[in-house]
Amino acid sequence: MGDRFELRDVRVDGDSGPIVKGFSARIPADGLTAMVGPSGAGKTTLLRLLNRLDDPDGGEILLDGRDLRSYDVLDLRRRVQMVGQVPVTFPGSVAANVGPDVDALLARVGLDPALAARDADRLSVGEAQRMCLARALARGPECLLLDEPTSALDTRSKGGVESLIRSLADDGLTVVMVTHDPRQADELADRILPVGTR
Amino acid sequence: MNDLSGRISWADVGLALLLVAVSVVVSRVRRTGLERDIGVATLRSFAQLLAVGFVLDFVFGNHGALTPVVLLVMIGTATLTSASRGKRIPGAHWVAAISVSVAAAATLGVLLLLRIVPAAPRAAIPLGSMIISNAMNTTSLVMARLRDDLGAHRREVEAHLSLGETSTEAAAFWHRAALRSGLLPIVDQTKVVGLVALPGAMTGMLLAGASPSSAIRLQMVVMYMLLGGNAFAALVAGRLTIARLFTADHQLIRSLRRVPG
Repeated sequence: MGDRFELRDVRVDGDSGPIVKGFSARIPADGLTAMVGPSGAGKTTLLRLLNRLDDPDGGEILLDGRDLRSYDVLDLRRRVQMVGQVPVTFPGSVAANVGPDVDALLARVGLDPALAARDADRLSVGEAQRMCLARALARGPECLLLDEPTSALDTRSKGGVESLIRSLADDGLTVVMVTHDPRQADELADRILPVGTR
Repeated sequence: MNDLSGRISWADVGLALLLVAVSVVVSRVRRTGLERDIGVATLRSFAQLLAVGFVLDFVFGNHGALTPVVLLVMIGTATLTSASRGKRIPGAHWVAAISVSVAAAATLGVLLLLRIVPAAPRAAIPLGSMIISNAMNTTSLVMARLRDDLGAHRREVEAHLSLGETSTEAAAFWHRAALRSGLLPIVDQTKVVGLVALPGAMTGMLLAGASPSSAIRLQMVVMYMLLGGNAFAALVAGRLTIARLFTADHQLIRSLRRVPG
């Protein structure tokens, strides 16, 4: 398979100087790519460029060989789903959060389908993070962007979510994960993309 | 009937100033440090009302063609005041100007078209000023609330956007909350009108010697007019503020979403 994303000489400006400067990388379509680097290196900033929550101030980004900006932004975000560091639940039940096909999706992320009727804000943090993954999968994405997906979780739920993420990559999704934890990157990722450590 | 309004002399105004002195003394004794502000406020109100009195005398006395100019000056001032509450909203001046103007034009337009009030400066200017000042407050509330809420809840907003929702869909919850906060003051005021305070228009008519029954009819028109005017202002301000806080590509503008790298 070819490259899912290609970043060419990407620059993002902050209020006081660039946050990301001259960053270039290729992210293949298969497997799990981990972006690793110290905090403040611009990992989250880079990840947010890939579903266009933000745009670079310089350079260009290609998706499947085409300029990212040439895609309809709403279509793009359905294809390239993002799940954040802290799970965000919307008001209402788990079923209302996830949408149709909730049972199969909950099963896919390792949650009891009986949770579908529960109020989403009554889930534990670990359950909520799995639900957020189910909600993202409900849109039928080709790519998942994960921003420190286990940093808000305790040790026990962390291991479970890590193997879930691994299995999603094995199912053929392009997974791009930001982590500050080199151990997690070594154990989970097919390849590591260092950020801000040149 | 007794018209009390014409009986107030400049000497009476001077006597009323004694009450200002009371507030200065209270401020000094309680060390609120507001003496200077009270002084400035008193002087400003004196000068502003004096000027308005002259202008209105002039306009009412055979210069009715100047009515739109008076209303435009009011809209301009309301725009500047409201826009200053909309800091960090790009183009806040336009949002405020359009919201206040639409509220004034639509509400006053309906009153004049249906001939509820006569198309005379004596009606259009005071009613217009009430619509404009209320629309100004509503516009400020809606703009500030949306900016603060979308900034504080940017994680949630971006979670919606990340799922492929439009900016309108992603902001819907906070949009509703902002409209409510903009409209609640006038709704509450309408609920308790006459029970807590006799409102301004009615007070004015009673002091001028009108019968209570005609005073309340005017007050009803005023309340309903303000409800309508504020609804227009809230609607337009909400829509335009959201358009300003997101880019055309459904991204929150950068000033609302600085994140650590």
